[in-house]
Amino acid sequence: MAITTTTSSAAPRGAAHARPAGRRPRSPYPAWFFLPAAIIYTIFFLVPTFASFYFSLTRWSLFEFEFIGLENFVQFFREPALVTGLVNTVVYGVVTSALKVVLGLLLGVLLTSQIIARGFLRSVVFFPVLVSTIGVGITFQVLMDPFGGPINEALAAVGITGPGWLTDPSLALLSVALVDVWKGVGLATVIYIAGIVSIPQEYFEAARVDGAGPLHQFRHVLLPLARPATVTVIILSLIGGLRSFDLIWAMTRGGPGFTSDVIASVIYKQYQAGFYGLSTAGNVLLFVLVTAIVLPLSRFLNRKEVEL
Amino acid sequence: MRNQTSPRGRLRMIALAAGAVLALAGCSAGSLGSSGGGGGGVNLTWVLDSNASTMKAAESVAAAFKAQNPDITVDLESRPSGSEGDNIVKTRLATGDMPDLFLYNSGSLFQAIGPVQNLVPVTDEPWVGTLEENFKRVVTADGNVFGAPFGSQMTGAILYNKRIYAELGLQIPKTWSEFMANNAAVKAAGRVPVIQTYGDTYTSQLFVLGDFHNVAASEPDFAERYTAGQAKFATSPAALKGWQHLEELHDLGYYNEDFPTAKMEEGMRKLGDGEGVHYPMLTNGITTLAVASPEGAKDIGIFPIPGDDPAKNGLTVWSPSAVYIPKTTEGAQLDAAKKLQAFIASPAGCAAYAQGVRPNGPFAVDGCELPDDVLPAVRDFQSFVDASAFSPALEFLSPIKGPALEQITVEVGSGIRPAADGAALYDEDVRKQALQLGLPGWD
Repeated sequence: MAITTTTSSAAPRGAAHARPAGRRPRSPYPAWFFLPAAIIYTIFFLVPTFASFYFSLTRWSLFEFEFIGLENFVQFFREPALVTGLVNTVVYGVVTSALKVVLGLLLGVLLTSQIIARGFLRSVVFFPVLVSTIGVGITFQVLMDPFGGPINEALAAVGITGPGWLTDPSLALLSVALVDVWKGVGLATVIYIAGIVSIPQEYFEAARVDGAGPLHQFRHVLLPLARPATVTVIILSLIGGLRSFDLIWAMTRGGPGFTSDVIASVIYKQYQAGFYGLSTAGNVLLFVLVTAIVLPLSRFLNRKEVEL
Repeated sequence: MRNQTSPRGRLRMIALAAGAVLALAGCSAGSLGSSGGGGGGVNLTWVLDSNASTMKAAESVAAAFKAQNPDITVDLESRPSGSEGDNIVKTRLATGDMPDLFLYNSGSLFQAIGPVQNLVPVTDEPWVGTLEENFKRVVTADGNVFGAPFGSQMTGAILYNKRIYAELGLQIPKTWSEFMANNAAVKAAGRVPVIQTYGDTYTSQLFVLGDFHNVAASEPDFAERYTAGQAKFATSPAALKGWQHLEELHDLGYYNEDFPTAKMEEGMRKLGDGEGVHYPMLTNGITTLAVASPEGAKDIGIFPIPGDDPAKNGLTVWSPSAVYIPKTTEGAQLDAAKKLQAFIASPAGCAAYAQGVRPNGPFAVDGCELPDDVLPAVRDFQSFVDASAFSPALEFLSPIKGPALEQITVEVGSGIRPAADGAALYDEDVRKQALQLGLPGWD
């Protein structure tokens, strides 16, 4: 997404000679060349997808299944953890996405300016992206332990009583979201760096000649021209946030109780309990939810961009 | 280029040739082995959960069995425990990929693996007559018995520190109010009255599950009505008590400070050291106790979770897991697997088990004796069983156990959700499980 939108905004100059004028040349390959790919795609992607839509309408014990219509969906909406899960999913998606945009933008600006050890700092920011999510989750579970965990020990050393990061029901989800941001902000930063670097220097020079200070340049030149990057970061991190599971599962398992459950962890618990039809129904719902939020949002953000 | 490809090509040729030779050799060696072994050497594969003590016990049993049956070799294969393991067992059964024997739960989880469709019945085997009555019932489906008990029975009870009890001059409580009086005295002495360890969420369920003997004492038909969808935790005064106890102890501040994150091992250490005095737990935790606090373990005893009526004081007992044979095992494999099953359910099998791991409770086979070196808590357990002061746990009387119980008990025990609310939420969870099992009376 990032690449296509950024290049398309810079396209008018390069496109004219890059693309040969006229019709698209005919593909040199006959249609049956696509057959193997089509078969693999059908067997491994289309069939399971449609099978899962079907199995979401059954009560299914792995040994036998019984068609029960929409009962699974009714049951899923009766699920007490679902309401918390739904709210938590949206909160988690919005919080992580917003923080990644803000921090990613600030870090992007910082890391494209002339500072000492820029390359080193860039790799430091990007490093957490490379680490396994489960590893990060377990590490932070230890760090955030309210009884003898390093974070609260450090706070205690300066006279602050640290909260139960992962055990306080009102904090658990936000603590996980913060770790998610720590881990994911590197990717947002890289997208922003790419976006900012692709802004032609002439705009900044022109703004400087007109007497714009750094704040004005940021507000009126950088921010609007880095918009494609912003859209990409928002959409990618929102999708990631809405279907996030691994980090939450590693850190709290949806707990204490159900307080940090998200839809994906509710679905996983149904699967664990052997309610295969029910958890498949949950997956169908998650698919619908993510599509319903992200598709219109993506349309909206991209249309605004054209109007600019 | 050419220099690089030619050695690689030659290597490939050599590898192919070697592979062919090995395959041929493997074939002939195999056929020689089975014809020359005399009576046919059989290799059995037995799947167990990866728990260290289970594996140790199984190794010991397999070795003793091999000594009696030199032509049968038993290979152990581990699988994860918990619900991940459940799914592996179900998947392997459903795809016909389950090896010759496997260890799995008895009771409600056993009903969910489709025993009649998937397992070999053993009803007519002579050893079935020596099984403990409760155990026989929890591995029975449609009138057929399917499993041999592996390991000892468990109880969900209160493990307590006898040394501190003696120091403070306390008596074993027979009723809940006596228990609360003891807790107050323990708190006054500057120790933790009740240990809770929600870092291992399953340990939070004991006040509810272990209280079932008391529920059964005051409502003898509870299990039956519960299965039929008539009795509920939220509306049965006896069944609600366990939830209220959990909440009450939290509200009085009787739990250890780090209860939200402490794990079972830490709880056992606190108990052994006398830092905490009561720990409601399953007796399979005694193995951990012996490791976490080897000295302290000698001071630990158990008593049942107290109820209202001192005359009906008794334990809630869990039956051991069982070894089953899937229907896919046939011929010589099946005969050998049945032999192993019979061995496991015999006094010699119990003895071999006890040689691998110290048992944490009585065996479920007539004629099996506990070794002399078991911990005092296990002796206490045996004495209740000998006096017949016990009931099977609810999950062995009913096929329904809601999967979210541990999360709900964590919420009630942490003060996030009131007891009555938690019980009602659990009833909803139970309903879901009953629908999944297709039980009558739930639609």
